Amino acid sequence: MSTRALGLGAALRKAAFSPNLVRNQAVLRNTLGKRFIQVESLTPSAEQNILNQQRLKRPSSPHFTIYQPQLTWIGSIANRVTGVGLSVLLYGFSIAYLVAPTTFSSQNVVEFVAGLPDAVKYTGKAILAAPFSFHAFNGIRHLSWDLVKFVSVKGAYVTGYIVLASTAVSTAFLTFFK
Amino acid sequence: MQSLFAASRSSRQLALGQRAFSSSLRRWQAVPAEKPVLMKEFKIYRWNPDEPEKKPQLQSYKIDLNQTGPMVLDALIKIKNEIDPTLTFRRSCREGICGSCAMNIDGQNTLACLCRIDRNGSKNTKIYPLPHMYVVKDLVPDMTLFYKQYKSIQPWLQSDNSPEKEHLQSPEDRRKLDGMYECILCACCSTSCPSYWWNQDEYLGPATLMAAYRWIADSRDTHKAERMERLENEMSLYRCHTIFNCSRTCPKGLNPAAAIAKIKLEMAAE
Repeated sequence: MSTRALGLGAALRKAAFSPNLVRNQAVLRNTLGKRFIQVESLTPSAEQNILNQQRLKRPSSPHFTIYQPQLTWIGSIANRVTGVGLSVLLYGFSIAYLVAPTTFSSQNVVEFVAGLPDAVKYTGKAILAAPFSFHAFNGIRHLSWDLVKFVSVKGAYVTGYIVLASTAVSTAFLTFFK
Repeated sequence: MQSLFAASRSSRQLALGQRAFSSSLRRWQAVPAEKPVLMKEFKIYRWNPDEPEKKPQLQSYKIDLNQTGPMVLDALIKIKNEIDPTLTFRRSCREGICGSCAMNIDGQNTLACLCRIDRNGSKNTKIYPLPHMYVVKDLVPDMTLFYKQYKSIQPWLQSDNSPEKEHLQSPEDRRKLDGMYECILCACCSTSCPSYWWNQDEYLGPATLMAAYRWIADSRDTHKAERMERLENEMSLYRCHTIFNCSRTCPKGLNPAAAIAKIKLEMAAE
């Protein structure tokens, strides 16, 4: 038998849409049955504690191992590495000279290098010339950036390739120049 | 004559009868060409905070690109809808204006919604969260620090001589803000910056610094000196080594490196 026949339609509608009933959580819970998930209410400090515990365990996402190698940042790292290398050489030799001036005197060094085989001589010269050239040319590139010149992606790439080409030419020249 | 009428009527009835079967109707329609199956593998970074002892790993999903939209975000949504509903990532506008779906795709930071899927099926596509960020879950990084840094530069107009009506600005002065106000703070640039990777706690990063310069360059703002004063220390600004990863990766085509170079020059000229 339909609700209309019994004349209950209006009453049921009123019950279903009554704001008091719907908003009363206790009534809803009893009429709709228990929820399957039990939710525990916590104090704000306890919530913060859980969040902090989670934060202690979270990982840091991978960075340079997954980032695409690009002229921009590889060039920057190369600038740093060559700079450190050249500095170590300069300071290392200077300190060595202070400690033992006779062994590291110019004359001794010249005699030592002159006695080396050609292959070692050229390799050694290339190993010294390449970082020096790169760091010097890239330094000029950095100075131009400090003057707000070539500060665009295109500018960075064009100047980057110019530095690489100049480095190659300069390294070859310094290696084979007598 | 009558038989002719009858014959024509019966043939029409037959035609009507045939049309009632949908299967026979299909024969008369143009059938769309079946698209070939183009499977592509997506390798996606997964980490679940409910199982923190399990190390983050790449999970592989294969989907048919011919049944997928053109962008990486379409692929992620398809995977989430059809293969693995536990895959977690942020997304909202799907048109490159909200900045939610910033992530590292094939080694570059970009917005998944603006990044076309590489249709070479033999090569997989690797998707990681933004680099060197704490992971909340899967592709969702914790942006708390990034937003705090943005807040620290006081990104609002500060003027001591506010006029009665609006602040007037010449078209030339207004043009200085072009290329900066468009930033959507997706954090692609900051998280592509090696300096920001190593000194995240103190260096502000390209996104925040460009926002700082956006207010320094604004002719209506009278607190330029204080803004520059706050950057006058070793870490906040000068950890920028003009690497250009920021401008290279910006999905909106902006140039944070230029903005930082201009701050440095203006601060040196002061």
